Amino acid sequence: MATVMATVMATEPLFDRILNKITEIVFYPINIGGVDILPIVVWLVVAATFFTFYLGFLNIRGFAHAINLVRGRYSKPEDAGEVSHFQALATAVSGTVGLGNIAGVAVAITLGGPGATFWMILAGFLGMSAKLAECTMGVKYRKHHADGSVSGGPMYYLRDGLAALGLAGLGKVLAAAFAVFCIFGSLGGGNMFQANQATAQILAVTDNEGNTTLTWIIGIVFALAVGLVIIGGIKSIARVTEKVVPFMAALYLLACLVVILTNIGQVPGAFGDIVSGAFSPEGITGGVVGVLIVGFQRAAFSNEAGIGSASIAHSAVKTSEPSTEGHVALLEPFIDTIVICTMTALTIVISGVWKDGAGVEGVALTSSAFETVVPWFPNVLAIAVILFAFSTMISWSYYGMKATGYLFGDNPAAENAYKVIFCIFTVLGSVTALDAVLGFSDAAIFLMSVPNVIGLYILARVLKEELTQYRAKIASGEIQRVK
Amino acid sequence: MTATVIVGIDGSQPSKRAVAYAIGLAEAQEVNLVVAHVIPWSPYSFNTPSENEERAEKKKQEIAAASAQIVDPAVEAAAESACDVTPVVRHGDPVDTLLELARDFAATAIIVGRTGDSRVKRALFGTIPGHLVHESTIPVTVVP
Repeated sequence: MATVMATVMATEPLFDRILNKITEIVFYPINIGGVDILPIVVWLVVAATFFTFYLGFLNIRGFAHAINLVRGRYSKPEDAGEVSHFQALATAVSGTVGLGNIAGVAVAITLGGPGATFWMILAGFLGMSAKLAECTMGVKYRKHHADGSVSGGPMYYLRDGLAALGLAGLGKVLAAAFAVFCIFGSLGGGNMFQANQATAQILAVTDNEGNTTLTWIIGIVFALAVGLVIIGGIKSIARVTEKVVPFMAALYLLACLVVILTNIGQVPGAFGDIVSGAFSPEGITGGVVGVLIVGFQRAAFSNEAGIGSASIAHSAVKTSEPSTEGHVALLEPFIDTIVICTMTALTIVISGVWKDGAGVEGVALTSSAFETVVPWFPNVLAIAVILFAFSTMISWSYYGMKATGYLFGDNPAAENAYKVIFCIFTVLGSVTALDAVLGFSDAAIFLMSVPNVIGLYILARVLKEELTQYRAKIASGEIQRVK
Repeated sequence: MTATVIVGIDGSQPSKRAVAYAIGLAEAQEVNLVVAHVIPWSPYSFNTPSENEERAEKKKQEIAAASAQIVDPAVEAAAESACDVTPVVRHGDPVDTLLELARDFAATAIIVGRTGDSRVKRALFGTIPGHLVHESTIPVTVVP
């Protein structure tokens, strides 16, 4: 066992190098006026901004309607027993809420200062429109299988939506590209990054930093737990996680509030830092644009708007109007980025821990922010991180499996191979350095947005027609509240 | 117009006695029966993605199982009497759904069996008959 470990550990730098190379390609910077601009981040921001304007700020206009849909105000009694809007939203949110909100925000503030928070919030606001677009299309072009189950997501709207516009060839290429990147993304951000940060957190609270043997053990335990669920079909583990995660999220927000309220006097100053840091940052590489990029990048990684992943989760909802789920989905970046990320950011900024910067990064920084007010909270945070990581891994393994299923015609052998590979990557994530993992995770997830956003642009008119006819039905009273 | 009575059943012994009581009532007073089973379900529970994917099919299976094992035997027993029997299987909160059914069928009474919940569960959540008695606007009969 020791020899095997030593051999694998020796290959670790090579693995890091491969990950770093992929990251370099995806995040190839273009230097404009002395500032490095990442085309992939610009790509996402432009898409989210385009849909915000193209849909006439439906992310604001449709907000109240979205809340009513989630509250079941439009659900017919015969829909009882099927997937409700709330459930589809909750499942998608538990796939996105996780380390991006805890570690990602910390990374953003470490790199970009408090001002990064401002751009994260703006990105969350624009991201609501991108999410609205992809989830409406996901439901519109979802596929009903003979056994009654439903598959949806970018693979299907790229293939079938574009085919309906006479672009069948392009649609197939984009759908296949999306599926391939989705598999990589599921192994990276949806798996390795989660395992990595959960492991780091366990090591930190048990004072075992640098203990490589323990990282292997934790990684293997994680992989076994994931394997039990996705290979062994032990659904009870996933079900329990799914039920505990919302409580952990509530506890997390409560802890943020405790830190914020304890330092209530510093809140105006923190907001001041956030706004002034956004427009006139001091000592940040790249100035305003540098901060903006960091903020947008971490927001996109956290709420996944434009990436297409949530569209897979939202497609299971019971509805006859695709637009309903689009409206519901716009709440996702709101919850994830505008509410939870802002709370984390305030906690970090108020506590001042980000200024020390003594090599503390990722989730450890957030943890130390809590420690300033509630000394025992890092232990609770460690449990929350493990659960968030686990539920995100379960969600992403599902996305990756749907992508594998799409590519291989629902071939069970291919799906099983994917599941085994997923578990192996869990272990690799636990033992690899943060930088390499974070870079690759970002790269793979951002790559998904390339085919997804191209498809959404092409389908923009179809999307607008779909939403317009739905809004008209509400205005005319054809669709009415039932409660 | 013949009156309608809702009989809420869950397959337990008390609920079988509730059916027998309702049949007796139907024979004596010429009322129509709605034999209803509510599969406990909340639109606000948390599911995994694969649970969501299979949900539509699961709903069908749950309804088929509940009909075959719980509602159909009760309907058969009631059919021997002269009354008109409507079987219903729905998902939802048992109390809310029974009250909704009572409204939809313009029922004049609800009959349920007494549930044998544990002391702790009773203290924490109350019982279905207890809630029905409190919330119903028509008489509720609880059969022991």
